[in-house]
Amino acid sequence: MANAPASPLGTYLAHLEKGELAYQFSPGANAAVFYPRMICPITGSDDLQWRVSNGLGTVYATTVVTPQKGDPYNVALIDVDEGFRMMSRVEDIAPLDVRIAMRVQFRVHAAEGDEPPYPVFTPAAGTP
Amino acid sequence: MNGLTRGSAAIVGAAESDIGAVAANMSPLDLMAQGIHRALEDCGLKLRDVDGIFCAATQARTSAMSLCEYLRLPGAYTDSTIVGGSSFEVHVAHAQAALAAGLCSVAVIAYGSTQRTVGRRQASAREYNPYETPFRPFLPATAYALAASRHMHEFGTTREQLAEVAVAAREWALLNPVAWEKQPLTVAEVLAARPISHPFTVRDCCLITDGGGAIVMMSADRARALVKPPVYVLGCGQAITHASISSMPDLTVTGARESGAAAYRMARLRETDIDVLALYDAFTINTILFLEDLGFCPKGEGGRFVSGGRIGPKGSLPVNTNGGGLSYCHPGMYGLFLLIEAVRQLRGECGARQVTQAETALVHGNGGVLSAQATVILGTQATV
Repeated sequence: MANAPASPLGTYLAHLEKGELAYQFSPGANAAVFYPRMICPITGSDDLQWRVSNGLGTVYATTVVTPQKGDPYNVALIDVDEGFRMMSRVEDIAPLDVRIAMRVQFRVHAAEGDEPPYPVFTPAAGTP
Repeated sequence: MNGLTRGSAAIVGAAESDIGAVAANMSPLDLMAQGIHRALEDCGLKLRDVDGIFCAATQARTSAMSLCEYLRLPGAYTDSTIVGGSSFEVHVAHAQAALAAGLCSVAVIAYGSTQRTVGRRQASAREYNPYETPFRPFLPATAYALAASRHMHEFGTTREQLAEVAVAAREWALLNPVAWEKQPLTVAEVLAARPISHPFTVRDCCLITDGGGAIVMMSADRARALVKPPVYVLGCGQAITHASISSMPDLTVTGARESGAAAYRMARLRETDIDVLALYDAFTINTILFLEDLGFCPKGEGGRFVSGGRIGPKGSLPVNTNGGGLSYCHPGMYGLFLLIEAVRQLRGECGARQVTQAETALVHGNGGVLSAQATVILGTQATV
């Protein structure tokens, strides 16, 4: 059997390079799978499809880290509408003003130097 | 169903190594060896009696191999399972199984860390996680803070209620001569302390100390021949729900539900039968979550439950009588110290902090970021 042409992380990052938030879908489990994997942890099958999220989600949990040096920043867990949860950061808002249940919209934090791109969120349009 | 038999094994010896701030150039192995020496003295056994080594350390990648070399025990049965701070509660179950299977007859469970001396980053390097590291979570504190944020949102748990956990731990610590913290603490002082990861201040977070120790286990039959009364292993259970906080199924419900249920089932006991508790308090939210998940109060009620000093020395439920990871000692993987304190309580060796008529103890270990939960229920001769 030939080796896999791409790793789960490699495919995920390639989508981010195109400005897309990608996740896997397991037909056998009829459920989203995230982080990306080689096999579905629900069914054990390697039948996993790549899909692109519409980028909308809801803040599930939130904190503000106060580092020894530098400004405080947000760290949040986001429940993305397609049915998976991820760690991220909500930007364009004071870190302490990020609230659980707030609707948020994905955008790409572009690659910088050796650091690959990663997904961040901003308050969704129409959010009070 | 875990195949273990209630009361088939016992803890016969228990001791801390040097703790707090240890001498310069002390190694984690030095502390393990010192703890083993003291634990063997505690039960009147000799190093040559030991034929089972169970250990875990963040500063020794192959800790069982290193310990066999240090102690010159080439034929020992070894197990260096590591699932974070609860590794030692898992080791109790593994040692009980190994003793029952005849793989060893005198099992030592050991730990050592010089985290304070060498620095936290040096003692426990974080693995890169492409799905978390870019967001710079201050781990482990940020993970537990996220759980606290969710608990506050869903159940109305307050900042002050979290602080009550730290205050109760401090009150117990003031009764423990070897505890790191020596000064009283108030709720207001917890809230006004340096912010770490909201809602936590530094007083919601465990200490960063050096330390180590060991316990000695034998089959119940052989344990009864020793000088001190054996402390029997009545129940064990474990559950690993995730490794990274972004994969935790529900941030307000821990695997302690499953590990506790398994331990209660094996022990044929329930929460109302427990006299003294040792719950892994890496952060103030832990104690609240574990009291709920182990059945001491309904889900969501933990904050109100700990209010008014209920789990402190003057309260009705004795929790973390040594002062806990918050005020006594926390060298990175605290689980062994929970077991040591429970043994001492059941033997009546705790002096000013002794719980009267303590016959049963529930020890609950936590590893990773609420990830690896392991419960051990211990009891005196009267419970067997």
